[in-house]
Amino acid sequence: MPLVYAGVCSHAPGIRGRKDLADPEVRDAFYGAFDGMRADLEASGAEAVIVIAAEHFANFFMNNMPSFAIGMADFYDGPIEDPGWLGIERFRATGDRDLSERVITEVMNTVDIAYAEEWLFDHGIAVPLSFLTPRFDLPVIPVNINCQGPPLTPLHRAWAFGEALRRAVDAVPEKVAIIGTGGISHWPATPDSGKINWEWDQDFMVKWCDNDRDALLDYDDLQVYADAGQGGFEIRTFLAVSAAAGGAQGTVHFMEPIPIFAVSCTIASYDLSTSDPAD
Amino acid sequence: MSLYYVQKFLFELNRSPQLQEAYTADRRAVLEPYALSDEEAEALTAPDIGKLYVLGVNGQILMHFAAFHQIEWQDYLQRMRDGIDDHGPVRAGVYAITGYEGTRAHSESLGQDRGVE
Repeated sequence: MPLVYAGVCSHAPGIRGRKDLADPEVRDAFYGAFDGMRADLEASGAEAVIVIAAEHFANFFMNNMPSFAIGMADFYDGPIEDPGWLGIERFRATGDRDLSERVITEVMNTVDIAYAEEWLFDHGIAVPLSFLTPRFDLPVIPVNINCQGPPLTPLHRAWAFGEALRRAVDAVPEKVAIIGTGGISHWPATPDSGKINWEWDQDFMVKWCDNDRDALLDYDDLQVYADAGQGGFEIRTFLAVSAAAGGAQGTVHFMEPIPIFAVSCTIASYDLSTSDPAD
Repeated sequence: MSLYYVQKFLFELNRSPQLQEAYTADRRAVLEPYALSDEEAEALTAPDIGKLYVLGVNGQILMHFAAFHQIEWQDYLQRMRDGIDDHGPVRAGVYAITGYEGTRAHSESLGQDRGVE
């Protein structure tokens, strides 16, 4: 079936783990936006959700680092972090090995990827799922783009990967959603944690909503690092969703800097009625 | 310089309760299989969070090592800042890409007069 939902959201561990340290008013508004995203996801009729995250050395390390990886299992355990630290209890999330295999097989026609028959979810997937499928019962297909250990895949390859995912989703009979997770500007887990480049974030999300391929692919990692920190490398997950959305126009549902969560907390989605992946 | 093995040890420690037990029992012995300099081994056994940051350990790995040692979040951030003050800029890894001048100068380079929490 054609892709039924495409959106992006933040995944910072502090969103759950440091929730008591945030301004309650802003935090609750952000949580409310996550509730809205869950409602939209449910209304889409999605039978499975592809979560494109930038994981943080939970499964993939520099001994054998794939640029792109897709999970292929009937279940996934998490969180790999200490549950008390992350604010999420241990869970087993439902997967769908058969659907994963069909998606992977199609993607492989155009993009070389790694697959993984086991995958421990870290906050990159666990935090969003804790809001969007709180019982972890909607089959999930985890996807990783290496945004941590350079050399990193070029942005245009992240775009090609997103297009390949769209072709794969459209080719299967199931209704599938795609959600990208990550920060925009942020300096996670460094002395600059809490720093946010709000202007940069706003400018990026304008380009994201316009689904402006040329502008999105014009970012340069060295400049991103200078302006938006190492965490800015995670724009790859947002770009893959843009590509999957096939020209659709987007809307930001929530966006506010929450320094104790270390990012501009963001919820946005594309209107897929404006999508034409053949363009 | 063997940042790769410093990070590999921490990556495996973060994932393995068995290795965590072994580290707790004998911090020095568990480092034996890894190709580490004396400086690196000392930073891992102390543990010296600030030195590990300066050596180039990625924060996404280091923050879990700090949590394992019951170092709370603000203290973890401060230890990294102190590490830069004590040992100079980050020497290797992703944070050394463009050099690192410390939090205050970094804020100024972004046109911000503050920024850290």
